[in-house]
Amino acid sequence: MKILILAEHDGLQLSPSVRQAVTAAQFWNSPVHVLVAGHNADAVIQQAASIHGVERVIHANAAHLAHPLAEDIANLIVSISEGYEVILAAHSSFSKNALPRVAALLDVAMISDVLEIKAENTYVRSIYAGNVLTTIQSTDAVQLLTVHGSNFAAASLGANNEISSTVIASTEIVGSEIVSTETPAAFKKASWKSEVRSQSDRPALGSAKIVISGGRSLGSAESFEEVLSPLASKLGAALGATRAAVDAGFAPNDIQVGQTGVVVAPELYIAVGVSGAIQHTYGMKDSKIVVAINQDPDAPIFQVADYGLVADLFDVIPALTAAIR
Amino acid sequence: MNILVAVKRVVDYNIKVRIKPDGSDVDIDGVKMGINPFDENALEEALRLKEEGIATEVIAVSVGTSASQDVLRHSLAMGADRAILIESNADLQPLAVAKLLKSIVTREQPSLIILGKQAIDDDAGQTGQMLAALLDYPQGTFASALEIEGNEILVTREVDGGTETLTLALPAVITADLRLNEPRFVKLPNLMMARKKPIETINAAEFGVNLDARLKLIQVAEPAVRKAGIKVGSVEELINKLRTHNGILEGV
Ligand SMILES: Cc1cc2nc3c(=O)[nH]c(=O)nc-3n(C[C@H](O)[C@H](O)[C@H](O)COP(=O)(O)OP(=O)(O)OC[C@H]3O[C@@H](n4cnc5c(N)ncnc54)[C@H](O)[C@@H]3O)c2cc1C
Ligand SMILES: Nc1ncnc2c1ncn2[C@@H]1O[C@H](COP(=O)(O)O)[C@@H](O)[C@H]1O
Repeated sequence: MKILILAEHDGLQLSPSVRQAVTAAQFWNSPVHVLVAGHNADAVIQQAASIHGVERVIHANAAHLAHPLAEDIANLIVSISEGYEVILAAHSSFSKNALPRVAALLDVAMISDVLEIKAENTYVRSIYAGNVLTTIQSTDAVQLLTVHGSNFAAASLGANNEISSTVIASTEIVGSEIVSTETPAAFKKASWKSEVRSQSDRPALGSAKIVISGGRSLGSAESFEEVLSPLASKLGAALGATRAAVDAGFAPNDIQVGQTGVVVAPELYIAVGVSGAIQHTYGMKDSKIVVAINQDPDAPIFQVADYGLVADLFDVIPALTAAIR
Repeated sequence: MNILVAVKRVVDYNIKVRIKPDGSDVDIDGVKMGINPFDENALEEALRLKEEGIATEVIAVSVGTSASQDVLRHSLAMGADRAILIESNADLQPLAVAKLLKSIVTREQPSLIILGKQAIDDDAGQTGQMLAALLDYPQGTFASALEIEGNEILVTREVDGGTETLTLALPAVITADLRLNEPRFVKLPNLMMARKKPIETINAAEFGVNLDARLKLIQVAEPAVRKAGIKVGSVEELINKLRTHNGILEGV
């Protein structure tokens, strides 16, 4: 039995969530292989090979994988799937796009966003926007799943010397073997055109220690930035937003926290003018400490907040910013 | 050009579902149901393409028990031209639904198939991608904007860290994100009219596809609830409280 992890990366950097997927994969106590699909992504290969617990890095190198399409990733995984009983990835827009396609091609079910692995075919995941936890058992021969990254500690980095005897190509610091694989021909019916990456010098939302989220009540994109930015800078925090704030154009879509956005679990979550709809709290209720600032004492956000302050955010946030050195 | 839209009947998004006392399943008896929110966006987009003269017919399809007729009526009231119910009393999982939808696609030959990006009951987010794979069609998931140019569709997708745009050859499968559009309200007279429209019903068994559940439900449970904390009276008090937690305001 072998396990295949689909690695996410941007051509230069391996996504930190891959190390969380590696930890999840240790559950099966079987060899873990990581598939890196890209174009000239050599740096990523080295990063993947240096993760403890990775036996083999499979390298698929092709020009059309520079901006990989779900169709190409799925065809690639299917082409090498023989012998793998578990195929997994960290839950992200990349894996959510590609892995259900693999599931259909292999005729197996997929289990999305696994919170806990109970047994080799039994998982806990949440349904109904996090209101219910289900334990489900897969009856398929191949287990195909995405895991909720923040529930699994990141596997450590360093040489993996135990298996260095099988090294095919590696540098000194690397212990996992690196093998190349043939890439199936490009899927012709789709092509990548362009992308818009949100530019921000703030920490990444998914891994920030502190997250400050603003709601519709911020009123405009300008005031969202003016009110929340200085506090975020002082605290080294990432900014998040409610769907209402994103829909209104106050904040970019990729910082939406919740059922349809990003799920965060920082040390400190500060909800500013956020009502606390279940779709929003789904994305932040695993935060260690939650602070809510809302002028409505009955706002549901206070039910999940450790510290609530009933006040006007336009008074409180500048005061808070000033009070923190 | 025809557009097929998949609409699922789910528990209303405002409802906090409860579980049965024995933990065997969720208890949705008598709970308010409605069309999956993302499917409303899917349908709205199809209707707009028709209104722009790009599409000629919009077909709504739902898979489920006869109760799913209500979301098909809702779809007809919004403006769908036809409605098809694939009837089954089984609890069908995404792969089975995708196989049934594939059968309908094979019969109807739509140029565009739009689904929601996720059903808010199972939160799976899989059916569209599975359908695209079974059909060997290109897919544009989590779409926030669509533009049809001849035999191609430009899809703007919401992804981690921003957006990306793909070009897909038609026929293609799209899954709708909430920001794709603002669905129209259904007017009462339209709802009354929709009551009289026919709904074609096909028994799921007729398609001869394997509908077995691959995932067995073992139990359901309530997640640990966060305890509500305390209210503080001032910014100073808030900061003092935060300082009692080691490391949280470290260095500030
Ligand atoms: C299928 C579906 C998926 C969804 N997914 C998400 C998701 O992923 N993320 C998400 O966030 N939402 C999501 N939503 C939307 C969600 O239901 C709520 O509508 C949304 O979270 C509300 O955003 P809000 O708190 O900014 O706005 P509102 O609910 O309008 O709340 C504004 C709050 O600000 C307070 N306020 C106003 N002025 C001030 C002031 N001066 N000072 C202090 N407080 C003030 C008010 O008391 C109020 O509590 C989803 C909805 C659906 C149907
Ligand atoms: N039973 C169903 N009937 C019709 N459409 C469905 C059904 N189940 C899923 N879908 C479609 O597939 C999308 C994604 O569902 P899911 O993969 O279950 O999250 C939904 O938004 C619907 O468009």
